[in-house]
Amino acid sequence: MNEYSLLIIGGGPAGMAAAVAAKKAGVDDLLILERDSVLGGILNQCIHNGFGLHTFKEELTGPEYAERYANMVKEQGIPFELDTMVLAVEKVQGSDKKAVTVISAKRGVQTLYAKAVILAMGCRERPRGALNIPGSRPQGVYTAGTAQKLVNLEGAKIGKEVVILGSGDIGLIMARRMTLEGAHVAAVAELMPYSSGLKRNIVQCLDDYGIPLLLSHTVVDIKGREKLEGVYIAKVDENNRPIEGTQEYYPCDTLLLSCGLIPENELTIGAGVEIDPRTNGASVSESLETSVEGVFSCGNVLHVHDLVDFVSEESARAGENAAKYIQSGIDRSSKTLAVNAGNGVRYTVPSRISLANLAPLNHIRFRVTGVYKNVSIVVSSGEKELLRKKSQILVPSEMVDLILKQDKLKDLDNDISVYIEEVGV
Amino acid sequence: MIKELTCICCPMGCALKAELDDKGQVISVSGNTCIRGENYARSELTAPVRTVTTTVLSKDEKPIPVKTKEPVPKEKIFEVVEDIKFQRIDLPVKMGDVVVKNAADTGIDIVATRSVD
Repeated sequence: MNEYSLLIIGGGPAGMAAAVAAKKAGVDDLLILERDSVLGGILNQCIHNGFGLHTFKEELTGPEYAERYANMVKEQGIPFELDTMVLAVEKVQGSDKKAVTVISAKRGVQTLYAKAVILAMGCRERPRGALNIPGSRPQGVYTAGTAQKLVNLEGAKIGKEVVILGSGDIGLIMARRMTLEGAHVAAVAELMPYSSGLKRNIVQCLDDYGIPLLLSHTVVDIKGREKLEGVYIAKVDENNRPIEGTQEYYPCDTLLLSCGLIPENELTIGAGVEIDPRTNGASVSESLETSVEGVFSCGNVLHVHDLVDFVSEESARAGENAAKYIQSGIDRSSKTLAVNAGNGVRYTVPSRISLANLAPLNHIRFRVTGVYKNVSIVVSSGEKELLRKKSQILVPSEMVDLILKQDKLKDLDNDISVYIEEVGV
Repeated sequence: MIKELTCICCPMGCALKAELDDKGQVISVSGNTCIRGENYARSELTAPVRTVTTTVLSKDEKPIPVKTKEPVPKEKIFEVVEDIKFQRIDLPVKMGDVVVKNAADTGIDIVATRSVD
């Protein structure tokens, strides 16, 4: 009754793309578990456009992108259960099955069993408590995504005079959204000397509306007892420490925080999956399989992506690999090489490649540690250079996607290293 | 005269340089990696346009996400938002349905970006 070939945790862009791909690969006995009351995940509140240029070759809004995938799920007859929260994922002793404990009004608390599980839970925002901003705790401080949900999905009015801390994409998008809703956005303060958001968002969301972006600035104090009255913003030095005497007072009733996203991996950790401390997501192989056999991870729960198009592409691969695991098994006999992040590279996904399971085209995705201009991206294995690619500009806000052909990799002996080579060094 | 701008056609965000003559006409564009960058620089420096995305309320006050079917002139953004703010839409709507015709006399319709029952 409660036995499945494949359970997919999360019905956002990652879960839907994984499910569609697994079904296409011949897995009929699958189920998507989604805790919200609709499919689509975070896309539903991302009403702005800019999604789908890679996947659909046209520019869509978040809800449109979500609805297209939800329609594919429905057309292919893939079952999904909404308002269903997964409480735990565990290995079953003495079997290759996984136990997934869920709670919902329909099921109560039940344990479902599956041969394979795809983790597609997405990420959440870094909250105020994790930022160490001093000051009182008045009403009016929101994470940017919470504000986005309140405004776009609930139709709420949340404030008239706004300051935004952090220049992540959601913060930039909300600067424009709040402006269109009639609020005045006084400034966006960013701790780093560069923005963590996409350039197009800085142009379209800030420059268009004359909203200043204060780089190397942060909020050093929050004022107001019951309601937010204002914040102090100060310049920071090269060690990101506030410089005495540079603080300025900004009266405001709303402070939005857009200070980073964290993959939501409580279930992953509970399942005994090894976590990569650089991504806060699972450490995965070329097949997007975690350290637990038959448990796959994709999308923002694996590593935070810049574009949903890349989430869909990656998740489809997770779906195909889960199908392969279910149908014929994944070859574990061959050599496994580590993929190491070298100079300028913060992490790589995957972090290991098993040579027997190479696809015709193999992706290595990473983010750089800082802003790099006129450099080369190099992939090597021992003395052997596998790829060298010139790049005019690399920024931490944009993920890099390298594609390596199977014949480049299949005969390697040494671990793989990905690094940035600075010209003239 | 040289004008610098950032292309917004895709997340690449190419740094464009446009050479303008005395009358403000674009002579040449460099720094783009595709044709859209050149087109963007030419239109951005003569007649900038934006796709506007916002929400409009249904008769029972549910927010429906919407967008302008085509980009509108940049200086019309606020008029478009203002024009549709007080409209109330009949449900259900399907993704792609026109919910407001000819927003703020731009000649451009507003379409729903999500099906709402």
